[in-house]
Amino acid sequence: FMQRGLDSQTKKQLEEEEKKIISEEHWYLDVPDLKEKESCIIEERSFLPCEDLVYGRMSFKGFNPEIEKLMIQMNSKCKGEDIEEDDKMEADVSDEEMARRYETLVGTIGKKFLRKRDQRVLKDDDEDEDDEVEEGNSNTIPSKRAKKMFLKPQD
Amino acid sequence: MAAERGTAAETLVGQVVLPGDLLLLPAHYDEDAEGERLRLSAGAAPQGRLLCGPGLRRSGAGLLVTKCGLLRHRPAGGGAFWVDSQQKRYVPVKGDHVIGIVTAKVGDVFRLDVGGSEPASLSYLAFEGATKRNRPNVQVGDLIYGQFLVANKDMEPEMVCIDSSGKSSGMGIIGQDGFLFKVSLGLIRKLLAPKCEIIQELSQLYPFELVLGMNGRIWVKAKTVQQTLIIVNILEACEYMTAEQRKQALAKLSGN
Repeated sequence: FMQRGLDSQTKKQLEEEEKKIISEEHWYLDVPDLKEKESCIIEERSFLPCEDLVYGRMSFKGFNPEIEKLMIQMNSKCKGEDIEEDDKMEADVSDEEMARRYETLVGTIGKKFLRKRDQRVLKDDDEDEDDEVEEGNSNTIPSKRAKKMFLKPQD
Repeated sequence: MAAERGTAAETLVGQVVLPGDLLLLPAHYDEDAEGERLRLSAGAAPQGRLLCGPGLRRSGAGLLVTKCGLLRHRPAGGGAFWVDSQQKRYVPVKGDHVIGIVTAKVGDVFRLDVGGSEPASLSYLAFEGATKRNRPNVQVGDLIYGQFLVANKDMEPEMVCIDSSGKSSGMGIIGQDGFLFKVSLGLIRKLLAPKCEIIQELSQLYPFELVLGMNGRIWVKAKTVQQTLIIVNILEACEYMTAEQRKQALAKLSGN
């Protein structure tokens, strides 16, 4: 029967009742459970993993260049050396450059999401920074103006 | 293939075994509740599971031999035992790459003859880049290089021409021309061994292309018909030639 919104309790009760009905009729062996041995032996009907056979398609002396490329690919998969080399080769941009780019990127994207007030503050900061640079100040951390807080009116 | 000496309990490695022989394994392959005792024991207990290859069957504490041949052992990667036997008749095994001949096209499925007891089936969608609209161009009589997806004694074998990541990686229809012939299964395994001298010596002769199927079929293609036939003859004969005879034959040919 299908009943929507059946309470979880009533559901549990129903399940338990069903289990009781089943277990009474269940036949079971009066024998203690045999321990299942986790066997260390895998049965295999193919020769491939046993003998490390190479790939079956081959080409020699440039008869079929695609297959020659495939041969190198397939036979190095077993060893896995060439694949590691490829990963290193693909990095056109070095890690350091990536880190530098990310630093500036975070700043520029972050500015986009600032509220208007904060943007004005940031602009003033930049101007201050330029002044500082002109004066030859080596202070790299710009001093931020205090945010304009709500001023309680004095009595 | 070099015979490798096994452990002390396996004195039969490299010798002829007959069906019905029981091989006892060293104690560290049996995992019981006394697992701690095994770990404490000194000596190299191989990590991982033992591979019980073709010709052997697990029975109780040891391995039962089911085919006659030479017992081989590989100690690397958890160890493997198998029986190196010779036969000409192929039995489909899952994962094997084979050459099949298309015999019929029934609806959306091709029937391939792979040399086993039953024809294998190959769906037209099992090619790289095949969709319902973009069907592969396969005719009756074409040669196909594929691998078995399903192969057991209860079901009809099924083949596919793509691997698990969806790429064809060399499988599919084998091109025009060339020559297909049959050899025994033992020779195929010899030729596919990692550093096969026969293949290396042949590759010095002329440019050619070779496809080896685990069902005993080899397809060869070279620039001229004569070169193709020479390679075919060498491959057929090299099963029973010694290394010296083979080198003499090749020397004669390269002299021509």
